[in-house]
Amino acid sequence: MSDEPLLKVSNLTKFYGSRLGCADVNFELYPGEVLAIVGESGSGKTTLLNTLSANLEPTSGEALYRMRDGSWRNIYELSEAERRFLTRTDWGFVHQNPADGLRMTVSAGANVGERLMAVGDRHYGCIRDTALDWLGRVEIATDRIDDQPRSFSGGMRQRLQIARNLVTGPRLVFMDEPTGGLDVSVQARLLDLLRQLVGELGLSAIVVTHDLAVARLLSHRMMVMKGGHVIEAGLTDRVLDDPREPYTQLLVSSILQV
Amino acid sequence: MNAVANYNFAYLDEQTKRMIRRAILKAVAIPGYQVPFSSREMPMPYGWGTGGVQVTASIIGPDDVLKVIDQGADDTTNAVSIRAFFAKVAQVATTTHTAEATIIQTRHRIPERKLEAGQILVYQVPIPEPLRFLEPRETETRKMHALEEYGLMHVKLYEDIARHGRIATTYAYPVKVEGRYVMDPSPTPKFDNPKMHRSEALQLFGAGREHRIYAVPPHTDVVSLDFEDHPFEIQHFEQPCALCGAEGVYLDEVILDDRGGHMYVCSDTDHCEERRDAGFVGVLGMQEAAE
Amino acid sequence: MYVAVKGGEAAIANAHRLLADRRRGDRSVPALRLDQIVEQLGLAVDRAMGEGSLYDRELAALALVQARGDLIEAIFLVRAYRTTLPRFGYSEPIDTGAMKIERRISATFKDLPGGQMLGPTFDYTHRLLDPSIVGEDAEVPAVRGVEDEQAPRVTDLLGRQGLIEPDGELPEGHEVGDLTREPLDFPLNRDLRLQALARGDEGFLLALGYSTQRGYGRTHPFVGEIRIGEVEVEFDIPELGFAVSLGRVRVTECQMVNQFKGSAKIPPQFTRGYGLVFGQAERKAMAMSLVDRALRAKEFGEDITAPAQDEEFVISHSDNVQATGFVEHLKLPHYVDFQAELDLIRRMRAEFEGKREAAE
Repeated sequence: MSDEPLLKVSNLTKFYGSRLGCADVNFELYPGEVLAIVGESGSGKTTLLNTLSANLEPTSGEALYRMRDGSWRNIYELSEAERRFLTRTDWGFVHQNPADGLRMTVSAGANVGERLMAVGDRHYGCIRDTALDWLGRVEIATDRIDDQPRSFSGGMRQRLQIARNLVTGPRLVFMDEPTGGLDVSVQARLLDLLRQLVGELGLSAIVVTHDLAVARLLSHRMMVMKGGHVIEAGLTDRVLDDPREPYTQLLVSSILQV
Repeated sequence: MNAVANYNFAYLDEQTKRMIRRAILKAVAIPGYQVPFSSREMPMPYGWGTGGVQVTASIIGPDDVLKVIDQGADDTTNAVSIRAFFAKVAQVATTTHTAEATIIQTRHRIPERKLEAGQILVYQVPIPEPLRFLEPRETETRKMHALEEYGLMHVKLYEDIARHGRIATTYAYPVKVEGRYVMDPSPTPKFDNPKMHRSEALQLFGAGREHRIYAVPPHTDVVSLDFEDHPFEIQHFEQPCALCGAEGVYLDEVILDDRGGHMYVCSDTDHCEERRDAGFVGVLGMQEAAE
Repeated sequence: MYVAVKGGEAAIANAHRLLADRRRGDRSVPALRLDQIVEQLGLAVDRAMGEGSLYDRELAALALVQARGDLIEAIFLVRAYRTTLPRFGYSEPIDTGAMKIERRISATFKDLPGGQMLGPTFDYTHRLLDPSIVGEDAEVPAVRGVEDEQAPRVTDLLGRQGLIEPDGELPEGHEVGDLTREPLDFPLNRDLRLQALARGDEGFLLALGYSTQRGYGRTHPFVGEIRIGEVEVEFDIPELGFAVSLGRVRVTECQMVNQFKGSAKIPPQFTRGYGLVFGQAERKAMAMSLVDRALRAKEFGEDITAPAQDEEFVISHSDNVQATGFVEHLKLPHYVDFQAELDLIRRMRAEFEGKREAAE
């Protein structure tokens, strides 16, 4: 891991009218680091993720991102063109429901290739080879390249969504319950794959999950949210093995009973 | 209510013409950009050339010579109807000869004869937005143009190649204008796309129902989208025109009987007639002469 | 041989002659006079005026005859005439509160100031065909309408108590748009949406309004009031410094009272859907008010899930002159494009066969 962080978040707060989404969130994320945000539904973790990924405008606070040229930029002050460029090159977003992140009526190959074409790749053969390579890396049979994701299983769709996001070599990936809605056996395989890819590519990732097992397997550090506030943060093993807050203790004990 | 007597020269009132001319000027200044304009209700149905007619009505003067073609032909019913409309409301001279025309209004074709400086080609456009069938929302496509997000366009071409082994778009083939805006050339066959590139004539596009005008000024780059390893190519016909023997022109297939008999003839009727007048004869052209 | 594309001019002239002949029909039957249509097919005339956006009964009647009774064709004729007329300016907003009412009903209050007036309505008629009404001798006793009355609008009564949102206020400095003079620019403000709906196709709006009642974008509507009658049209003449009356027009207004909405700043209030149409066009005004309310979903922070709530979808497709033109343009020749497709499909089929033969 590098000495310099990739993302510096300070005092990030989001209100929906008078209702609190999340408040006073502070953290730094380093290259290659995976941060899990856990909490039950309504805790503000999804609001935080959507704000961090610039899908929502915060009410106050800032998030500084170290661009590829080394300059620091507050992501909320980027122009729309810069932001959209960032989100389709240097960032990825893995949705819980793959249909939200894929073009369901376009072939798997084009789903993977779209980002390449968006940044100017104009060689069909190269785009196709890259797509084939990525399908292989996410364990999708290469003879499915011309099939639409509609004909894919839930696990395959999720793996395709991951490939689609990673093809431009992003440095930061946001994931919203990436294993939610999948069977337990499929979940395990996907987690394995994710962990391997993140490690190989040295990706930074912010993963929202209600599942502590996901946090344990994937993340280096974690933040526990409740009522819009971060109530506990630290190294994942520390938080899970030695939770300090009563609420975290409750969460941890409930998972252990499963 | 004595129809024509009450209408202004070229039907539209002068205020409206000024508004349309301003839109045209803006379109010329930003090649390929779709300029919204306040399309008027015209005495012909939407989708039948109201955009082209408004553009023509706004730029035509008493000294202009107008040619109108539909599918390349001067004598298809809609071309006849539009030509008659201008002959009536603007009393302008009309012609079928491409070379003589100062304004050529067209639907679906570009004349075979190379257009010259000073000529204006007015296209009738049904759907001006090249991204429309990939993204139905105007608010979204506008953003995509503004931010030059054209990746989706290539997704469509990629899908064509993946499915059919080649780009299967044969008409309304998208082009990039002067390296900036992706533009729909109207439903002309892609055969005509190269004629738009650096044309000496001014090319104006009017979409009445969709309230858009766009333009390609003379000598502007118009490049058909493609992949490096699947370059853009135009249709080739295996036989020449059966009437005039022309090669390298766009041909219409004419069915001769119910036993599969057919022949190919020039889609550009003026071009065909001029060639025949000059003595060129195709395989079946002889018969006609003999009849 | 080879005459397929020749003779366009003669063909058109012949077709027009035939059309004129068929329009006139059997010469032994007397030709229609415009006053007959104005007087006896009044609701068809009203629809042609309303969707043609031109208040002129006689012109609408002429359009109906010329269109052989085809309403959309008649609307098209009216529109194409209207567009060439010069604009002198915009009238003052009409005051429907000062309407001389011929019909006025409310579904929200049993009795109310001004009372309920059924007026000339098909409601409660039994739909039995009645041959006795036709022919020269059919006698219909003349009825003098009750003296046209005035009555306060139901929404004003509710508004006085703050129970319903006020009439839509436009943003500061916003000039009312004119969709016949400016290109539409989505998203629209409500002024332009209402204009589009007022000239929108009755059938399309009816179906959309109906869909909201069946759960596709529910708005929980009550007919606050429908009123039909004449209103004064006033025009402000700057040189005079005051407004002068240009005459009277008959309109149908429907105010739909819909589910309430409140916020931290405003206590709960009913919301409105509004319909206003030239002439007597109750079905259209009601459908319009349902669709207007459905299209305000975004304004009230409602989820947009149904077609009737989707502004681009509704407004882009509500104009029947545009719709009929584009649908019918498919019958224009497309053989150049079709040739291109034909060529491609033949090539692809040949390749397919070639591959299969090679495999065998």
